[in-house]
Amino acid sequence: MSHLTVQGLWKGYGAKPVLRELDLDVSAGSLTAVLGLSGCGKTTLLRVIAGFERAERGALTLGGTTLDDGGTYVPPERRRVGYVPQEGALFPHLDVAGNVGFGLTRAERRGETVPELLEMVGLAALAQRLPHQLSGGEQQRVALARALARRPEALLLDEPFSSLDASLRARVREEVHELLREQGVTTVLVTHDQEEALSLADKVAVLRDGHIVQQGTPAELYEHPADEPLARFLGAVNLLDARFSDGRAETALGVLELRGEPAAGSAAGLVVVRPEQLDVQARDQGDGDGARGFAGRVELCRYYGHDALLHIRPEGEADDAKVLLARVHGAQALPAGTPVRVLAHGAVTPL
Amino acid sequence: MSTTAPLEPIGERLSHTWSDRRRWPLASTGGAAIAAGLVLLPLAFLVVQAQQSGWDQLKHLLLRHQVAVLLWNSLRLTVACTLLCAVLGVGAAWLVERSDIPFRRPLAILLVLPLGIPDFVVGFGWVSLDPGLHGYLAAVLIMTLSLYPLVYLPVAAALAGIDGGLEEAARSLGAAPRTAFRRVVLRQIWPAVLGGCLLVTLGLLAEYGAFEIVQYQTFTVQIFTEYKLGFDTVAAAALSLVLVVISIAVLGGELALAGRGRAFRTGPGARRPPARIALGRARWPSLLALLALCGAALGVPVGSLVYWLLQGGSTTLPPASIFTATLHTVLLSAAAAALATALAIPVSTLALRHRNRVTLLIERLSFLPMALPGLVIALGLVAFTVRHAFSLYQSSFELIVAYAILFLPLAVVGVRSAMAGASPRLEEVGRSLGSRPIEVFRRITLPLIAPGLLAAFALVFVSSATELTATLLLRPTGLNTLATQFWAYTTNFSYGAAAPYAGLMVLISAVPAYLLSRRMNRA
Repeated sequence: MSHLTVQGLWKGYGAKPVLRELDLDVSAGSLTAVLGLSGCGKTTLLRVIAGFERAERGALTLGGTTLDDGGTYVPPERRRVGYVPQEGALFPHLDVAGNVGFGLTRAERRGETVPELLEMVGLAALAQRLPHQLSGGEQQRVALARALARRPEALLLDEPFSSLDASLRARVREEVHELLREQGVTTVLVTHDQEEALSLADKVAVLRDGHIVQQGTPAELYEHPADEPLARFLGAVNLLDARFSDGRAETALGVLELRGEPAAGSAAGLVVVRPEQLDVQARDQGDGDGARGFAGRVELCRYYGHDALLHIRPEGEADDAKVLLARVHGAQALPAGTPVRVLAHGAVTPL
Repeated sequence: MSTTAPLEPIGERLSHTWSDRRRWPLASTGGAAIAAGLVLLPLAFLVVQAQQSGWDQLKHLLLRHQVAVLLWNSLRLTVACTLLCAVLGVGAAWLVERSDIPFRRPLAILLVLPLGIPDFVVGFGWVSLDPGLHGYLAAVLIMTLSLYPLVYLPVAAALAGIDGGLEEAARSLGAAPRTAFRRVVLRQIWPAVLGGCLLVTLGLLAEYGAFEIVQYQTFTVQIFTEYKLGFDTVAAAALSLVLVVISIAVLGGELALAGRGRAFRTGPGARRPPARIALGRARWPSLLALLALCGAALGVPVGSLVYWLLQGGSTTLPPASIFTATLHTVLLSAAAAALATALAIPVSTLALRHRNRVTLLIERLSFLPMALPGLVIALGLVAFTVRHAFSLYQSSFELIVAYAILFLPLAVVGVRSAMAGASPRLEEVGRSLGSRPIEVFRRITLPLIAPGLLAAFALVFVSSATELTATLLLRPTGLNTLATQFWAYTTNFSYGAAAPYAGLMVLISAVPAYLLSRRMNRA
């Protein structure tokens, strides 16, 4: 268990920098998810931490020891950093036990370590299998046991669940999460899946164009996104015009509590309202103007079973950008064409 | 979220190799430098040898009527043979892979087996049946029968690998079967056809034994005569350089023609085997045609071998031991195969794991011997050893090095494809699990590429065991291999005595040819 820090990291191939002035701080024993679109430099970051690539500038330390600062460079085999690549990358010529024991000494390999590790990931019965005889989830767990065998100070997971199909993914994700919590190993997980990042990690760092845009707990990020693209990246949003006064925002959907200060004390601006904050009710024909809420009409209903996403067009509004998104219980799904009233609840964040 | 990982951009892809550019891996760099040096050495000394007597003399040597005759002979032979091989190779491949011709599996093996018979043994087979056979038409006949599998093999592999869905897509877009074949299938097998034709052309330019047997004068035959009989090393070197220029031009021409087709790649997704086309009334005549081809290419040489074996041999030449010749052949070939494979490892490692301009150049250089006839490499090595290392002149070591240079491309192809299949990601994981680079090579890379190393070794071994031209030039005095002893008997018309030597060579090389065709059938 060690504290991992990355400071002012630069790395590029040819003239184009892939990582620019990147800072990352992963406290001992925690799990940080690095979230970003493909091509933003996530894998490169992991490869620099693992030691497969050298930093051009910046410093990388683990438990107070400098691993790479442009001058010093500790080769990967001396770093005590475990690495689980995409798809597992098991050695195809070794069986499960051989894979897990690869990093151990000859004596250790004969001892109890390998069976214990296999027990831990629930694969004790498969020790003699070859990698191609395993399912995707089993391969992933073997790769994890292999990386943990040397008791690494830090563990790197590169999109570990993206190659699994949807039904398997949720289960393997839970198992791995449980395991990492037990081991208490400092972990960096990179992913392009915001749901995965938010649900698994203690801290989420959002990587964009080789730079960390924001780092914080999942709730902090979801509730206080640094900018509009980030707000949209973490989930669907409604952006509403608002007037600010006394820590409140006046919007078309009602007066809402304001979370955080609007920029430079401005009196008006945009606020982020998540779809699950909208209450939607069918509107009667005879409904007068005095009724509470904002009048609109359901334009589209995406039904997911457990919930439904409604696209609601305000009455008389032609601009597609003003269409509101509302997430409601599956049982409350309303068919397209239904006239509705919309209200918002909860606190909103100014941008 | 989709379940497949989105494509990383090219920059990230390329970075998945060791990009530690500041430190060159010492062992690989040294090995690759030796390989590159060995390839360039014979060429360099041919140039030295050729210009020894000055440019005027060279001009006089090259601007002779005889050189024009040689050019014409090579040209008309190359054009006729290459076209015939293309037609026979593509036709046979199409019948076996895409039609409902009967006995496909045995045919697929029989059609490849002629590859296992050295060209000069095919020549021997025909000429020993009909001693009157000689000249242009005989050369075309024998070389076509020997070389057409070089087109058949890649084209059959390409046809077998084509996604039937593509043709169906073309049909659904309104293309008639013939149009679909021309616009979709032919386009896809085009690189394979060109690649096969390139090998045929280079093989024709390098061949000596078969042409000597049918008394057809080409560059190689003339060079051999100048050197061995006329002792004119300058003329031999000058003519060799012309041959090298022609070969490299052919290689360049093929690269230019195939360049765009090569870039073609099929996307991911399941492949569907294409439907076979019913031949109808042409079914049995087609079978007969293929059987006739097999009979001419395989039946005649093997048949005449068996005939002469049964006849038994009487010869006026001094008695020789077939056991000693076999032992020499095996030892020399094994050493050459080990050397070539060992050189191919660093070349492939650098080219795949440390890709940059220099390593790319080294990799290209390692393919240069494809365009260098064995005779040319042998002459270059002679020129070098006579000048700078006389103790190596006509030593077993020189012969082994010549084989290794000559067949380095085969070794690199085998090792490189195996190495490309071993993901660098595995090596990185090995490093992160605490293994030093040398341990990673021993514990991960080596076991993964072992089958490729074995294939490379086998290919070089077989090629060396049946090599004639360079062997005749470089062998130590008194040392005989199967090929040279066979040659001594054949040129003395002692066919019965020659037959056992040819039989052994065919046995040695038929095994890999058979395995190759089996692997094709399974794929």
